[in-house]
Amino acid sequence: MSASVDFQEAEYATERPLLEIKDLAIGFTTSNGEVNAVRNAHLTVMPGETVAIVGESGSGKSTTALAAIGLLPGNGRVAAGQILFDGEDISNASEKRMIELRGNSIGMVPQDPMSNLNPVWKIGDQVRETLKANGLPSGPDDVAKVLSQAGLPDAGSRAKQYPHEFSGGMRQRALIAIGLACQPRLLIADEPTSALDVTVQRQILDHLDKMTTELGTAVLLITHDLGLAAERADQVVVMYRGQVVESGPSLELLQNPQHPYTQRLVASAPSLASRRIQAAKELGVETDDMLAPSETGVVEPAKSDDVLQIQNLRKVFKLRSGLGKSTDFTAVDDISFNVKRGTTTAIVGESGSGKSTVAQMVLNLLTPTSGKIIFDGVDTSTLNSKELFAFRRRVQPIFQDPYGSLDPMYNIFRTIEEPLRTHKIGDKASREKKVRELLDQVALPQSTMQRYPNELSGGQRQRVAIARALALDPEVIICDEAVSALDVLVQAQVLNLLAELQSRLGLTYLFITHDLAVVRQIADRVCVMEKGKLVETGSTDDVFESPQQDYTRALLNAIPGAGLMLPPEMDVA
Amino acid sequence: MTPDYTTTARHADSRRPARRTEHFVADVSETPLQVTDRVKDEAAPLSLWGEAWKNLRKQPLFLISAFLILVVVAVSVFPGMFSQIDPTSEACQLANSDAGPAAGHPLGFTQQGCDVYARVIFGTRSSVTVGLFTTIGVLLIGGILGAVAGYYGGWIDSVLARINDIFFALPLILGAIVMMQLPMFRTNKTVWTLVLILVIFGWPQIARITRGAVIEVRNADFVTAARSLGVSKFGALMRHVMPNSLAPIIVVATISLGTFIVAESTLSFLGIGLPPSVMSWGNDIQAAQASLRSNPMPLLYPAIALSITVLSFIMLGDALRDALDPKARKR
Repeated sequence: MSASVDFQEAEYATERPLLEIKDLAIGFTTSNGEVNAVRNAHLTVMPGETVAIVGESGSGKSTTALAAIGLLPGNGRVAAGQILFDGEDISNASEKRMIELRGNSIGMVPQDPMSNLNPVWKIGDQVRETLKANGLPSGPDDVAKVLSQAGLPDAGSRAKQYPHEFSGGMRQRALIAIGLACQPRLLIADEPTSALDVTVQRQILDHLDKMTTELGTAVLLITHDLGLAAERADQVVVMYRGQVVESGPSLELLQNPQHPYTQRLVASAPSLASRRIQAAKELGVETDDMLAPSETGVVEPAKSDDVLQIQNLRKVFKLRSGLGKSTDFTAVDDISFNVKRGTTTAIVGESGSGKSTVAQMVLNLLTPTSGKIIFDGVDTSTLNSKELFAFRRRVQPIFQDPYGSLDPMYNIFRTIEEPLRTHKIGDKASREKKVRELLDQVALPQSTMQRYPNELSGGQRQRVAIARALALDPEVIICDEAVSALDVLVQAQVLNLLAELQSRLGLTYLFITHDLAVVRQIADRVCVMEKGKLVETGSTDDVFESPQQDYTRALLNAIPGAGLMLPPEMDVA
Repeated sequence: MTPDYTTTARHADSRRPARRTEHFVADVSETPLQVTDRVKDEAAPLSLWGEAWKNLRKQPLFLISAFLILVVVAVSVFPGMFSQIDPTSEACQLANSDAGPAAGHPLGFTQQGCDVYARVIFGTRSSVTVGLFTTIGVLLIGGILGAVAGYYGGWIDSVLARINDIFFALPLILGAIVMMQLPMFRTNKTVWTLVLILVIFGWPQIARITRGAVIEVRNADFVTAARSLGVSKFGALMRHVMPNSLAPIIVVATISLGTFIVAESTLSFLGIGLPPSVMSWGNDIQAAQASLRSNPMPLLYPAIALSITVLSFIMLGDALRDALDPKARKR
C-alpha cells in the first residue's frame, strides 16, 4: 500500500458514511408464515457517492432500499441489524422522524413513471406539494426552477400540464425533479429508467448524474442491469436471494468477479457480451461456453433460400379524431427485407417504431394496407382459410409477457397439446409422447406437465411457450420481445435454448426487440426501425462495427456499459 | 458541503484518488448458488380453481355462508324432513289464530291459525327456486349477449350496449308491476312467470360484467397465441376467453341470487308476485302485516329466514371475490 493511499485513508478516516446498513435482516409476515426477504445485508454509501445494488427480481434489492427510507410494506419489518443515516439508527425510527427525513434528507425516484404521478394533479402542483411538505418556498418560480433543473424545457408552462400530456421520459424527469426538489443528501433511485427506451434512458441518467454531482447528492441506484450499474456507480453491491454476495469498486468487480454468482452475472449480461451465442455444445452448459470466441461456428443453413420476403409493407391505422373524422397513422411505412432460412433476423426499434406491427402482419393477425409478405414463395394475403390453417402450422409466435402468453386455466400438458389437438395430429397417446419430448427439448422436467402456469417462474413459462410453438414443427418462429421480461441469467438461458434449437432443428427466427445488446448475442442480420421506417439493415457484425445511420449509432451508444472495459478473459476479440 | 466530498469522478479519472472501498466477497458456503430457474416440484400441482378452493377452505366467511346455504337448500328440497305439520290453509285452525308458541309449534301461529314454523320451512322452496332459476336465466341471456358484445365488438357491441342501457334504465319493481298487469301474466301467475319477469329485467347487469371481463381477456397474449395456432375465433372464445372471464361473473351471480330472492319477496309482498296460494316468505310477510301491532311474530320469522338466506349468498359472493381476485393470481 503506497504512502499516498495511506494519506487518503487518513483523510477519509474522519469522514462519516452517509448511509450505512449493517447486518440488516428484513422479514415479511405472509399467510405461509415469516419469510426472510433480506439477510445479513450490509452496504455503505459515503457522501456524494453513487452506489448501485444489482440483483435479479426477488433478490431483495428494492426491499433493502425501501427499508432505508422507512417505506416497507405493512407486513414487512426490520428483524435485525442497523440502518445508520448519518450516524443515526433509523431502522426502527418513529414515523414522525421518518417524515422529517424523507424529502429533504432522503429523496426517492420510483420505478414506473406511468403510475407514480397522480393523473388528476398538474405536474407543478405535485412538485409544490413536495416543497411545501418540507417547508421550502413553493411559489410558481420555485416550482419552475426545480423542474428546469431536472431538464424539462419550458418549465413554467410545463408545470401547468397534466401527467398524461408528458412522454415517459418527461414524466421520469418530473419524478427526478420531485425526488431532488429539496436537495436531499441521499437519493434512492429504484430502477429509474427500466421502463424507458435506451436513448431516453441514457439522457435521463446523464442528467441525473450531472444534477447529483452539482448538488453533491449521494445516490443509491437499484438496477437489474450490471452494465448500467458499472457505468454509473462508484461502487456496486450484488445481491442474490436476500444476501449481499459481493461488493466493491464497480470496475474492479466487473473485471475480477470473485463470487460464482457475480461471475455468472458478468458472463450473462447481454450489454457486456460482445459476441454471438453459439449453440451450447452440451446440454446444461450455463455460463462458460456461452460466449464463444468467434463467428466460425455459425450454423450454415442447408438451403439458403429466403423463407420470408417482405416487400414494400405498409400499415396505416385510422385514428378517430372527433365526429366522423379520422386521421391516418402510418405505423409501418414501406419496408422491405428478406429472411434467410435457418438464420435469425432481428428487428430493432424503440417503442412506437412499428416493429410489433410488422410481427403481427407476418403472423397474419393483421392485414397489411399495402405490400406483400411472401412466405416460402406464396403471398400470404392470397391464402384461403384452409391454406391459412396450414400456414399457421409453419409460422409460430413467442410473446413477450410470460405471464400473459399462457392460459392460466390450462395445465402445461393441455397448453402444449393444444396445437396438436387443433391440427388433429396423432391420438391421445402419441400426443402425450410428443408433449414429453417437447418438454425435454426445452429442458423442463416431464413432471411439469401437470402444473399450471401460475406455479412456474417467468423463464419457465417462456420455455413452455417455446415448447408450444415447437409442437407443430414450424419453420419460422416470430419472437416478439421474447426475453425482455426475464432476469439476466434466465434470459441467457432462454437465448441459449433458442440458439441450440435453431442449430438442431434448422429454425428461422424473426426476433423483435428493443434491446440491441440481445441482438448482438443472437442475430445474424439486423433491421433497425425508426418511426415505421426501416433505417438500416445489414449483418449484425456490420451494423455493430460500422453503423451507417445516426439513429443506429445513437442506439448503440446508449447500450449501458457498452463503453466499459471488459475483463480480459471475456474480451476475446 | 465541501468539495472534497464530491468524488463524482468515475473510474477513468485518476487525478483524484478514489475513496478506498474494500472488495467484499461473501462466503460461498453461506450463499450457495442454486440452479438457475429450477422447477419447484415439492408441492402438488394446483390449478387456479384448486388454489381458490384451498384459500376458501380456510375462510370463516365462506364456511359460515356455505353451511347456511346448504341448510337452506336442504330445507327447500326436503321440507318434510324439517316439519311434519301441514302448513296449508286447509289444515290451519282458526282457533289457533295469533296464538303464541305451543308444544310442537315453537314459533306460534298466524292470524289464519297456521303454524309459523311450518310455513317458514315450506315457503323456502319457492324463494330459492325463484332465486336459482332467475340466476340461471340471467347468466344464460346476459352471459351470451355480454360475451358476444365484448368479444366481437364493433356494431354488434354498440347495438347490444344500447339495448342493455334501455333495460338497465327501467327500475325492476316498476317494470315488474307493469308487466304483471299484462293479461297473459295477470291470469297466470306462477313461479315461472315471476322468473321470466326477473330475468327480463335482471340480465343487463350480468351482460355488463361479462362484457367487461371478456374485453379484458380477449387481448391477452394467450388468446393471440391460440389464434395463431389455428384455433378459430369462436373456438378461442369458448376455450380460452370464457373460462378466464368466469370468476367475476360467478361472484356477481352469487350476490344477485340473493337479490333475486329479495325481489321475489318484494313483489309478493306488493301482491304482484306469487299468488297467495303459493307459500312464500313474501306472501307470509304480506299476510302478517295486518296484525303487525298485535302479533309481530308471524312477520318476523319469515323476514329473518329471508335475511339469513340473502345474507349468506352475499357473504358467499364476497368470499368468492377474495378467492378469485385476479390480482392475487400473479402472486
